[in-house]
This record gives sequence, C-alpha cells and structure tokens, in this order.
Amino acid sequence: MSDPNSRLSIEQIDRNFAEIHPPLTPDEALTESARCLYCFDAPCVRSCPTAIDIPGFIRHIMHRNPVGAAKTILDANIFGGSCARICPTEVLCEGACVDNTMLKQPVQIGRLQRFACDTAEPVSSSFYKAGESTGKRVAIIGAGPCGLTCAHELRKRGHAVSVFESREVAGGLNSLGIARYKLTTEFALSEVARVSEIGIDLHLEHAVDGAELAGMLADYDAVLLAVGLGKTASLNVPGENLDGVWESLDFIFQTHTLPLNQCKIGQNVLVIGGGNTAMDAANAAKMLGAQRVTIAYRRDAESMPAFKHEYELTQKEGIQFAWNAAPASIVERNGKAAGVLFEKTRSVGEGRRGKLEVVEGESFTLEADMVIKALGQDVLLDFLQSVPGLKLDDKGRIAVQPETHATSVAKLFAGGDCQAGAGEEVVIAVQSGKQSAAGIHALLQG
Amino acid sequence: MSESKATNGSAWPAVDLSIEFCGIKAPNPFWLASAPPTNSEYQIRRAFEAGWGGAVWKTLAHEPIVNVSSRYGAVDYDGRKVMGLNNIELITDRTLDVNLREIANIKRDFPNHALFVSLMVDSKRDVWHNIVKQAEDAGADGLELNFGCPHGMSERGMGAAVGQVPEYTKMIVEWVKEVARTPVMVKLTPNVTDVAAVGRAAKEGGADAISLINTINSIVGVDLDTFTPKPQVAGLGSHGGYCGPAVKPIALNMVSQIANDEGIRLPISGIGGIQAWQDAVEFMLLGSSSVQVCTAVMHYGFRIVEQLISGMSNWMREKNFHATTDFVGKSASRIRSWGDLDLNYKVVAQIDEQKCINCGLCYIACEDGCHQSIRIEPVPEQEFIARHPDHDQRVFESGCKSFVHGAGAGYVNSFTINQDTCVGCNMCSLVCPVRDCITMQPIPTGKESMSWKQYQDLLAEGKVAPIQPPTHA
Repeated sequence: MSDPNSRLSIEQIDRNFAEIHPPLTPDEALTESARCLYCFDAPCVRSCPTAIDIPGFIRHIMHRNPVGAAKTILDANIFGGSCARICPTEVLCEGACVDNTMLKQPVQIGRLQRFACDTAEPVSSSFYKAGESTGKRVAIIGAGPCGLTCAHELRKRGHAVSVFESREVAGGLNSLGIARYKLTTEFALSEVARVSEIGIDLHLEHAVDGAELAGMLADYDAVLLAVGLGKTASLNVPGENLDGVWESLDFIFQTHTLPLNQCKIGQNVLVIGGGNTAMDAANAAKMLGAQRVTIAYRRDAESMPAFKHEYELTQKEGIQFAWNAAPASIVERNGKAAGVLFEKTRSVGEGRRGKLEVVEGESFTLEADMVIKALGQDVLLDFLQSVPGLKLDDKGRIAVQPETHATSVAKLFAGGDCQAGAGEEVVIAVQSGKQSAAGIHALLQG
Repeated sequence: MSESKATNGSAWPAVDLSIEFCGIKAPNPFWLASAPPTNSEYQIRRAFEAGWGGAVWKTLAHEPIVNVSSRYGAVDYDGRKVMGLNNIELITDRTLDVNLREIANIKRDFPNHALFVSLMVDSKRDVWHNIVKQAEDAGADGLELNFGCPHGMSERGMGAAVGQVPEYTKMIVEWVKEVARTPVMVKLTPNVTDVAAVGRAAKEGGADAISLINTINSIVGVDLDTFTPKPQVAGLGSHGGYCGPAVKPIALNMVSQIANDEGIRLPISGIGGIQAWQDAVEFMLLGSSSVQVCTAVMHYGFRIVEQLISGMSNWMREKNFHATTDFVGKSASRIRSWGDLDLNYKVVAQIDEQKCINCGLCYIACEDGCHQSIRIEPVPEQEFIARHPDHDQRVFESGCKSFVHGAGAGYVNSFTINQDTCVGCNMCSLVCPVRDCITMQPIPTGKESMSWKQYQDLLAEGKVAPIQPPTHA
C-alpha cells in the first residue's frame, strides 16, 4: 500500500483537491448573469428536478439582490448550496439552456447558484421558521438529503420531526459520499446545520431496525423511510475480501473523515466500474498521489454510463482505461490483492443493452496494489423485507404512490434512493423529500 | 452592413471621408465635442494623431471657473457600463492665456484639421466681442457658441439660460457676428420644447452652422446606501448634463427637426451618444455633415476613431458612396408627421422555426405587452427532433442520458405567429436574441396608400367607411 516516501506533500494534495468549480467573484457573477436571456417557461427550470426558478434567481443576481436569489433557490431546494456544486448541470439545467443552441455555451447556472447561496449565507438561515405547532409528530429514518428536506418542509408546516441517522454525521452521501473536489465536507456539514436550525430533533448513530420501526408506526403520526442504499454491489469473484480491495464509497468516505495525507492510497490503483462513482474514485486516487490509476469497465467506451463531463475530468487527471474487461478474480500475493484477472468481453447487440460474451483465450491480468469496486450500491433488502406488508418492486426498492410517496403500509412513506423509481442525484432526493412532505402533510391534515 | 459578406476583393474602391464644413476642411467628419477630451493641447494633439478629423476646444471664458469633486455619474444597464453619462463639470478651468497659446500650437502643427473653439461669456456685447477676437487671433478655424450647458453656468445666466430663449440666442449671435471673421456655429440645448424655434433664432442672428445636442438635464441616480444623489459633492448633488448612448435617439430626432426646418437650412454638426460608426452614419443620413463625439472617448479613449473610420468607409464601399456628401441628409426627408404615414401598409411577423432557440421571449412580450398573436405549442422532444433537420446540433448525449437543448420536462416550446391578429408592431423581432429569426414581412393589403390626413378628408366626404378596431382583443 502507501509508501510514505512517495506520498505527495499535504500542500500538493490540498491543491489537487481544490474545487473544480471555484466560486465566482461578484464581477464574474454579474457578467455571467447578464448572459441569461430570462426565457419564458424556461427549459432550465423544466429540467431541474426541484424546479428552481432559475431565470428569476439569475435576474436577482444581475440586479444585485443575492439574498433574493438565494431565497428563490432555497424555497425550491433547501440543499441549493450543495446542488449548485454537485449537480450534473451539464445534463440538467445547463444542458437545457437555450444558449447551447445560440452560443454553444450555456449560462453557468450552477456557479451562479453557488454565488447566490454563498453570498446570502449569513442571512439565509433566518429565511425559514417552524410553523405554528400542529401537535403532530413525524419520524424520519435517514438524515440524507431526502430525509432532511422532508423534515424541513414538515417543520415549516408546524409538525414536530425526529430524524434517526445510523451514521455519526447527518447529510448522508452529501456529507461523505461526494467527491471532495466537488463538495467539501465543511460546506456539506454547515449546510446540514443550517437546514437543522429550523428545529429538527436529530438522533445520530441511531440505526432503526424492523422492530423499532413497528413501534414508531404506532407512536408517531407518520414515518418516512429515507434510508438510502447499502453496501457497494459485490463483484462475485474470488478474492473479493482480500486486504487491498475497497468499496468505492468507503474509499471516498475517508477523504471526508481523515486528513488527506492520512488517507489510504495505493501506488497502482485499479477501479472497477463505468459509472460516475468510478470516475470520482479514480480521480480521488490520483489526487491522493497514486502513480497509476486505471478504470476497468466490462463494456466499451460508448456504453459507459458515466457522464461525458465526468469522463473528461478523468482524462485531465491522466486516468487510464481498460475497456471490455470483466473481472474474473482478484490476484493474491502475500495475502493481499496484487491485481485483477480480467476476461476480454465483446458485446453482441447495440450499446449498453447488448449481451456480453467472453472472448475465449484473451484473459489478462492488470497489476494493482489497491482495487476499488465501484459498481453501484445494493438495496438494504434485509431491513426492507423485515417490515411487514411493505411492498417492494422487482429491484427491491419501496413501491410508493408517486403523488404522495405513501407506501403499502399505513402511515409509512418512502423517499430518496430507497424508493422505487428514484434517480441517482442529490437534487432528485431533495425533490423526493419535498413530495414526501407534501404527502405526509396531506395525511396529517386529514 | 452585412458582416457575413465582405466586400469583394476586386472591388475595393477608394472612399473619401474628407469634408468641408462652412468652408472649413477636415480629413474626416469625426470631431471631438467641446468637453473634457478637448481640454488641452496635449489631449487634442493625441486625438489628431489618433485620427480624429477635428475638434471643438473645450469652452473658453475670460476667467477659469472652479469645479467640484466629484463630477460624473453613469447609468449601467444589465452588465454593460456607461449606457449614459452625466456630468456637473463646468467649462474650462484653465486660464485664457494658456488655452489661446495651446490653440495656436495645435493650429501650427495641424493646419489641415478642423479646430473650432467653444465660447461662453457673460451676456454683454463687448465681452463677447473680446473673446471672439482673442479666439480667432489664436487661430480658431471657427467658433462654437455654447448656449447649451444645462448646469452651473445656466445659474449664472449663461449656457442653456441663453439657448432656452430664442430672443437671447438671436441677440448674442448678432453680437458675435458683428466681429467674427470665421464661421459661427451655435450649439443648441435639448432642454427646450421646440429646438427648431431656437435654431431659427440662431439663423436669424446670422449663424453659419448649428451643432446639437448639448447634454440633457438629468439626475443620474441616487446612492442607496448614503441616500445622496450621484455624483455627490459632500453629500449633495445637482442636476447635470446627460449624454452617452442612451441619448442618441433624442439627438437624432432633434437633428432631423433642424434638418427639415425650411427656416434654417444650415450645416449641422450632429452630437449625442455616438459610439459606433453606425451611429455616426445615422446622424449624417439625417442631415449632419460632421459629427462630434465625447462619451465614447471618455470611456475608451481616442483610439476608437479607427473603428469609426473603418466602419464608415466599408459601409460607403458597400453602398457605392464615394464621398460623405453622397449620403448626408439622405434620410431626413423620410421623417414626416405621423399623419402622413400610410394606414394601409401592413407588415406581420414571421418566425424562422429552424433558427428559433425556443427561449419564449417573443411569446411573453407579445402576450403581456402587445397583441396576443404568438402561439405557444409544447412539442414532444421526439417530434421536435424529427421536425428539425439540424437536430444533431440540438441533441446532446452524455453517459446514459440523451437530451435536447431547449427542452425540458419532455417538450420543446414551438412558437408561431398568428398573422391574422398580428398588428406588425415589431416587438417580438426586437426582443428575439437570434439574428434574422423573426422578420417583419410586408403583406399586400390590396388597398391604395392612405394617410391619416387623407383618411380624415375621405371620411368627411363619405368616401370611405370607418376603419374597424381589431376584433381579437
């Protein structure tokens, strides 16, 4: 693993992890805001899962009213500060921007949103107050973006909310699971603190099991499941539990919980997967000082699910790619992972849906002293199946009524990644939290 | 001028920008207005070296005035600086001797450039006689009488205080003409109800030329933190003179009023918000033989004259004009009374769907401000792509996502004009950000031309039925 002599200086690592979208200066923000055409029925708004009034907040910025801009943003999305930093805007608001057609360059909506939220930070926590008490009580399992958004919305409507979080910090993946060069831990935690200021009864390191949930359903007026997902999916190959094999989320967690120069890193890192998390993990490995980082994906480049801009970032970092490489086993040396044996694949049929075949006799080994699995997360099937009467879809996610987020169990709602049909982005989890709150509120109002 | 199509290389005719203004020759019509950029020999030397064809020396007086600090305020517009500029600076704050010596130096070194000298003194005959002689003795090619300054000097009975009263204007011009050996140009203030009345008074007094407009009375703004007007002087402000791009339309109107007044018929030097060569051409088309510039130079420096010269020259090449006299005044006669305009002429808007970027600005402008004549149709993404031959420009793929620029929630807004109700107001084409996307198309009405004046007569004679109001609103 890490050779102390080859480690980068802490200054260099800090520089490597500098934010990829640094804040705009006030002059940059004014100039950029003046580019916005202020579209009617704007495509950017329609492409935002939380439907932020983007032309509206940009016009506030242009007219030097960043507080008004922040209020517009946070009214629609209480996690507007982190969404500004981490949303894949290229495939959401900025992808829809009509300036792509006219000028081949969208307005930098994400960075303007960050400017507004950052500038208004000293006052934005006073935007929202808890509503007059209704005497109703809601329990929320999971303090990720969905759970906290729902809690915030319910508090505005006067309901008492208790949130139970199994980890030692709130914020869910927003606090620990996002590449650190996109979102700093400090900012994520400060945002959670601001959201919680409305008066949320937060219980950290409090995992809820099926039995406790049953008690909550009796005790509270409503319960929201916003538990997210579980461990990284398994490769199902020999050697997967060897020392030196990491789950991508654990690998990224450490960049948030440890000083960067104390994070574990290999010299020669192999990342398995082709999604955005694989790109994040590979970039972080390189930034931490790995000399060689390779992403191995079982299909070809065109089939890779990672966004174009994420792939481009890996190219800037000098990440190598091994295409059509399906892991067959982890190579062991001295009881530790020393590489991965791959089988060469080919796709029969079009794109990502084509059937994969192994090309016989062309297996190969890539050396590595650190192997990171980045295959997406499994659902928390054991827990969900322990809830009597809870209907799941064929992927093990909780089935809900789309309008209300009500589950098959009375008084039980679900939102975020654990809910059927959920998307992968934080902004989608936030919208899910808003919708869940509306559904719960409707129930509580009777 | 079309930027996309350069003038053919084989046809690169020489154009002559030189002008003759009241007998004074200048290498080009681009002059500097009497203002801070013409305060000194140093500045005018730099200006002439940069390419300016003439200048009006900042207004002389017998005694230097005292200025305040600060002096300028600006209007910015949605990210662009200095759409309009306002000042409370007065006339020259240098001694007459120094100014006269420097005028002589400039004329010695730049004999072929036009150098007018602006004058403003107490409204006394002998005082005017004296300054006129001194300016001419120093070598001025011509004199510009400053009857326009709206601030400061007007409180002392000078500047606009003269220019706002035709009788005073005429009287002082007469005094000046009693001794002047060079052409006398009168600079008019826009702060009047009828600028032509003052122009006629100047003519009656014997003026040889008119320049306009001087600055417009203005308060440029108020500081929202200190509650003081801008620009502020120890917490107070005063109305000042407004200029810059924002005033150009007001100036063009006044230039056309002077140009079209049969009682005037004098050479015009046009002033007011000229930034680009197009602005200068417009002033000239409406009757200015020369143009004067200040704000653009104060913003960007003398170097802008290169763009002015090049732009006007290339436009003249494209239009086959060889000299500025080929086009000076060409559009003036097209400015008429509203009552002379043809009621039976009709244009309607047309949107080029292939160029449209689906921003919806035309729609909301028409819907809320105009005549509700644009249809909005949400077209499902797939159908939109099928309709669009350049869809490869509109469709973007990234990872597992594919989407369309301008789309959202699965649809793209398509906009079309309801030509039955469109009144041809132009508004949609004005707000459309895409070049040539919305064009105004003439529609044959099959009716004879009929002005409102003719309509009144025909109505009285019972020869036409009353025109019905629009039915859709």
